[in-house]
Amino acid sequence: MLNSDAFDLRKYVSRNSQSVAVWIALFALIAFGLLRYDNFGGAYNVSSFLNYNSMFIVISMGMCFVIITGGIDLSVGSVAAFTSVVAAYLSPYGLEVALPLAVLVGVAFGALNAFCIIVLRIPPFIATLATMLGAKGGALVISGASTIAVDWGSNFTRMGMEKVFNLFPWSIVIVAIVGVFLWIILETTSLGRTILAIGGGEDASTLMGLKVNRAKALVYLISGGCAGLAGVILASGFGAGQPLEGIAWELSAIASVVVGGTLLTGGLGSIPATVAGALLLGLVFNILNFENGRGTISFSAYWQMVIRGGFLFAVILFQSRMTKGRKAKGATA
Amino acid sequence: MSQSNPTQTSLQIGPLLRDHGGVVALIVILAFNILFTPNFLQLQTLFVNISQVATIAIVAMGMTLVIATGGIDLSVGAVMALAGALAPLIFQSQFGVDYPALGIAAALVVPLLVAGACGMFNGVMVAVLNVQPIIATLILFISGRGIAQVLTNGNLQTFSNKSFSYLGTGKVLGLPFQGWLALAIAVILFLVISRTIFGRYVLAIGGNERAARLAGGPVTKVKIGVYMICAGLAGLAGLIVVAINSASDAARNGNLMELDAIAAAVVGGALLQGGRAPIFGAILGAVIIQLVKYTLLANGVEDEVALIAKAGIILAAVYVQQTRKE
Amino acid sequence: MTTLLEMNAIRKAFNGVAALSGASIAIERGEVHALIGQNGAGKSTMIKVLTGVYHRDGGTILFNGAESVLTTPREAQATGIATIYQELNLVPLRSVTENVMLGYEPKRLGTFINWREAHRRTREILMRFGIDIDVKMPLGSYSTAIQQLVAIARAVSLDAKLVIMDEPTSSLDASEVKVLFGVVRGLRDAGVSVLYVSHFLDELFEICDRVTTMRDGQTVGCVKLAETTKLELIAGMLGRDPDEIAQAGMTEFGGGAAKQGEVLLTAQDIATGPRLSKFDMTLHRGEIVGLGGLLGAGRTEAARALFGVDALTRGKITLKGAGAPNSPAEAIRAGLGFLTEDRKAEGIIPGMSVRENLTLALLPKLTRNGQIDRARERQLVQKYIDALGIKTADMEQPIRELSGGNQQKVLLARWLANEPDILILDEPTRGVDVGAKREIQMIIRDYVDRGFGVVLISSEFEELVEGADRIVVLNEGRSIGELKNPGITEHKLVQALAHTDEVTA
Repeated sequence: MLNSDAFDLRKYVSRNSQSVAVWIALFALIAFGLLRYDNFGGAYNVSSFLNYNSMFIVISMGMCFVIITGGIDLSVGSVAAFTSVVAAYLSPYGLEVALPLAVLVGVAFGALNAFCIIVLRIPPFIATLATMLGAKGGALVISGASTIAVDWGSNFTRMGMEKVFNLFPWSIVIVAIVGVFLWIILETTSLGRTILAIGGGEDASTLMGLKVNRAKALVYLISGGCAGLAGVILASGFGAGQPLEGIAWELSAIASVVVGGTLLTGGLGSIPATVAGALLLGLVFNILNFENGRGTISFSAYWQMVIRGGFLFAVILFQSRMTKGRKAKGATA
Repeated sequence: MSQSNPTQTSLQIGPLLRDHGGVVALIVILAFNILFTPNFLQLQTLFVNISQVATIAIVAMGMTLVIATGGIDLSVGAVMALAGALAPLIFQSQFGVDYPALGIAAALVVPLLVAGACGMFNGVMVAVLNVQPIIATLILFISGRGIAQVLTNGNLQTFSNKSFSYLGTGKVLGLPFQGWLALAIAVILFLVISRTIFGRYVLAIGGNERAARLAGGPVTKVKIGVYMICAGLAGLAGLIVVAINSASDAARNGNLMELDAIAAAVVGGALLQGGRAPIFGAILGAVIIQLVKYTLLANGVEDEVALIAKAGIILAAVYVQQTRKE
Repeated sequence: MTTLLEMNAIRKAFNGVAALSGASIAIERGEVHALIGQNGAGKSTMIKVLTGVYHRDGGTILFNGAESVLTTPREAQATGIATIYQELNLVPLRSVTENVMLGYEPKRLGTFINWREAHRRTREILMRFGIDIDVKMPLGSYSTAIQQLVAIARAVSLDAKLVIMDEPTSSLDASEVKVLFGVVRGLRDAGVSVLYVSHFLDELFEICDRVTTMRDGQTVGCVKLAETTKLELIAGMLGRDPDEIAQAGMTEFGGGAAKQGEVLLTAQDIATGPRLSKFDMTLHRGEIVGLGGLLGAGRTEAARALFGVDALTRGKITLKGAGAPNSPAEAIRAGLGFLTEDRKAEGIIPGMSVRENLTLALLPKLTRNGQIDRARERQLVQKYIDALGIKTADMEQPIRELSGGNQQKVLLARWLANEPDILILDEPTRGVDVGAKREIQMIIRDYVDRGFGVVLISSEFEELVEGADRIVVLNEGRSIGELKNPGITEHKLVQALAHTDEVTA
């Protein structure tokens, strides 16, 4: 009986094969970068990499929650664009005002999604697609279709510009705190377990007496809030609210989540693995940039989109083979 | 007892909206325009709207077929951009200049073949690898436009080529060519759905895929076929847009078209869970979407607000549809 | 003893179709109470009304002395009603511990789940059932039987006053059933009431105190099991006179009369996976071969293998001298038909008309140059509507609006119209009313008499025993013997099954 309590590395690896694979790939890529490029490990590259990718990490974590329940949130990019404009307008009042209010606006979009999905029973991808449109239109309306400069006099821009230990921008620190918080929720609270259970079987969860609708609503609020935070980082990092940004962010987020081993059909997923997935995706572009700089390859900015899609394609292929293997295994067990 | 009152009133308006919501909406929009929009009742307005609605309708019909199998295709806009980017590249190439007739033919055929290949990619992802349609088509949704931009280096390609432009500016019996084209496609697809074995299988797969497979239906082939038709029609629409503008802009061609097409299909009566393929409904839906756009534009509402209005239409249409299901 | 639960004159309709019309039941404290009835009699609806999944249209429920106004399963659990549903209400992807503890996890500081404690408690609860497994593994990695026991463990751990078990033994083997019965007795001794729903009547006599019988959405009687017989229970469910059944037999089949023709199909030592590991059979023209066995014996899996749905991992199928089909489409072309067990999930296409459903498998033959010959289609459909007596407004009526029996006839016609040499029927009369059942049985016998072959799967032993010319007996994915009519009795079939249990145990 005590046997099952002992940590069995082999069992752990076989149970979490994809997350393990992501971590290995991540470290391998970092090692590759460190060996091949001189400035790869330099403070400038590390901090700008972290600052830029903190946005993708945070929306990926929100997306992870949504996908675990078997849903999807296509509105994250537009919501981030909208909240970046909101944050830019609020920047004169300082970060302590702009940050929470912008996040709250993101949560409000999440509430709109949740309302459409749970009360009106509209399929998630349609509801969030509509919110994506609405947020995009809204961002253009409130910004007059142009970028909104932030107030450089207030402490707002410190979030993207100032660094802890001269290495970690405040944005990644805040995202890390949010990440730990979300991780704890998912792994150690009833809410987290309910979210996982819903993805594994919504009807079963209802019959088990779980508060399914409340948990489903919360994941969209969380995703909206994460998108709101990404918007604040966007505005502070680039010094302006960007109503036209956020295109294809949902794709990056979905790719990161899937790379991290979360099943698209829901029921399985982890925050650390999602972060690893987001870092991996970002690192691929970072390394491609270095290669571009060395002149070994040359590609325009448009290739980014193509590569991003190709990356998602590769991951889906991998996952569909994985799940097939798992099914075959389950059948012979 | 206290319940009977509200149910009675909703009995009168509810079913009317549910069953003929599209027609009611059309009448309301038309009435509004006749009353408030200046110069609405003019031939020029009709031409403008027909030439605009044709592309939406053509894509929406393909989308209707995909939705009928219980799927969705988010990549239609990207496929439009890709096909639209290819055509000028071909007829403006050295080959196209040397052999104008062959160049035009190739500029029509090759983009459609490429679009069909995109559809095959989507179909294989969905039908063979069992990836959810949203995710499967999300890949080309992003990459497709990326490829189009890589091909054109992100530049706007302008041209003046009378024969190619006929696709978007020609007139038959006084009405825009692409309007007739859309109508012809609608008739063909309607016959395919109602008269052929392929059409029957499309509906059967959307109605109950497992049952269709066990009854000997070639589910994989039919699904791939449906995505290919949808992408092919999207490619055609992309060519029309390029022909209308005498210019190809990979960043804008077909942008947000997936939303228009889904909205038109749903407003036209397609069920998202599959099993219904109202082809003429898709045209009705496209007309409504186009008229809403036109109405907002003609009454001085900004483009950005029109986006929000579109979001509202999609939500309302799907909501009405959900209530019909129950 | 005092009454724990009283449901009185419960009414419930779906879209105007009555599922319950005046159903009543009373359960004492510390009683194991059986609820029986044919498929569609309203048992599941009754349970779902009680547990708050459905809202009743009328009637009263008194639970534990108070008027019950439950609206959600959670409220039901809170008041002490725990339910183990027929379709497992568990989450296979999550760990065993989570499945037992979900919603009731032990906490630290009121927020954080104490995993160590949760695993310990889960292990302790499962040990009471004699299960010692790694509770951290996903539930889905264990057998159905273990999953079933985990579901029961969860329900029992919630300190329930009433435990509802819907077909709890359907996927358990004999030794696991014994464990379950031990648990049920333990519950009764502790003063907990159990509502026990089962098709296996013999079980009821072993474990239950009283039985309530349902028919057509109504309860038709409640008796002590000690004062009744199996025949009386069956008569009550069917709504017929016990003597009549005893004399006339249950079915319209008359198996054993067939003259065997040429060999149509042979399966030699075939396997498709763990649920079908070794299967042999032969089918001749003009005979019905039954597949006998309990749930999970591999009957449906055998049918799927023959029809080319599941790929063979071993063995050989010969079809009229040729090889085995690789897909349903190929199987149909080779002259097979397969009426599936799950009418809703694998049979009907609900939104389509009777006409479209009926000709679905026939389409390739009705098509010229991709176009469907619609005149011939209508003519054929009308022929089968008349021949099978399908009750429908017209052939354009959506099939979902038909009764279960008529839906089944349409599906049967889907295959008959194809005139397959080999027709595989998986539970052809499940969930249809008695009248339609007899008609379907007659149609099957007629078909065989015309020189075709039928493979029949049925959970109703009477149907098999009286209908089949031969019965291939299956157990745990293996064919283990064959019985020949005339001369098969239910007793012999049960013996054949029981015999293997001794051998394998």
